[in-house]
Amino acid sequence: MALNDKDRRLLHALQDGLPLVPRPYAAVAEAVGLSEADVVARLARLADEGVVKRFGVVVRHRELGYRANAMTVWDVPDEAVAATGRRLAELDFVTLCYRRPRRLPDWPYNLFAMIHGRDRASVLRLVEQATEVAGLAGHPRAILFSRRGFKQRGARYLGQPARPEPALAG
Amino acid sequence: MDCGSTYDTLDRRLLDEFQRGFPLTERPFADLAERLQTGEGEVIERLRRLKEEGAVSRVGAVVAPHALGRSTLAALAVPAERLDEIAELVSGYHEVNHNYEREHRFNLWFVVTAEDEDAVAAVLDDIARRTGLEPLDLPLLEPFHLDLGFALQWR
Repeated sequence: MALNDKDRRLLHALQDGLPLVPRPYAAVAEAVGLSEADVVARLARLADEGVVKRFGVVVRHRELGYRANAMTVWDVPDEAVAATGRRLAELDFVTLCYRRPRRLPDWPYNLFAMIHGRDRASVLRLVEQATEVAGLAGHPRAILFSRRGFKQRGARYLGQPARPEPALAG
Repeated sequence: MDCGSTYDTLDRRLLDEFQRGFPLTERPFADLAERLQTGEGEVIERLRRLKEEGAVSRVGAVVAPHALGRSTLAALAVPAERLDEIAELVSGYHEVNHNYEREHRFNLWFVVTAEDEDAVAAVLDDIARRTGLEPLDLPLLEPFHLDLGFALQWR
């Protein structure tokens, strides 16, 4: 996937999302100095190429009643982690699933899955279900429930935000 | 919050049905309105309200990790009495987009995103210097999921 300057400018301008106006792509186009048709074509191409993984309404789980989420981590032998991770990722309640490095001795876990639920008990049930389905029983594990969210917004790769987004309480 | 009582059918459909494949057309909100059998103005007004209320973060792109820049997941083991102060310090970086308290000895977890690896490392170094705490640096090595949005279960 090759990104050029115009692609970057476009994605930068979209960091806060589309403006909620009748012709949002025209508004974005004006902001970045492209035509409306070019903006639309570029977004379609970036989605095809996998740079844009999805385009649409991004919801906040917590505000929608999914009060509990647990970053669940396992220590899986390196040769098994890819197959295990793919099985985990197929579960619809797993929203993120990544391999990350261990940092011994402080951090022995290399497989990360984010699991959301309405409350703690339902998240724990889902963790057990995930453990079983992905064949993770017996692997060292930690369940890191979130307590407070201090900040949540889309990533900003380039420079200062146009508008500050308030930190989330609760 | 009980979703069931807070959001009506139109809100729910807006939240559920357009998490991906948003129309790339001149009047995308009019397309949504047609599918929802309502007006374009109503769709725009509702999305504005859902955004203001915090249910919607944005209507836009979820960009693949590392397509545009570099990021890492980092964690600090913060003494309880310093947690509020250090959480605020960490949230103060515009390179930090997620910052959560979690139940673990490593109790503050945040994502640092910047143009390149050096810029990410500079933020972690700066946080280490200002807090006296050494962050765990856990960059993504391999993604396993496709982000298809999140299926909401309404009560």
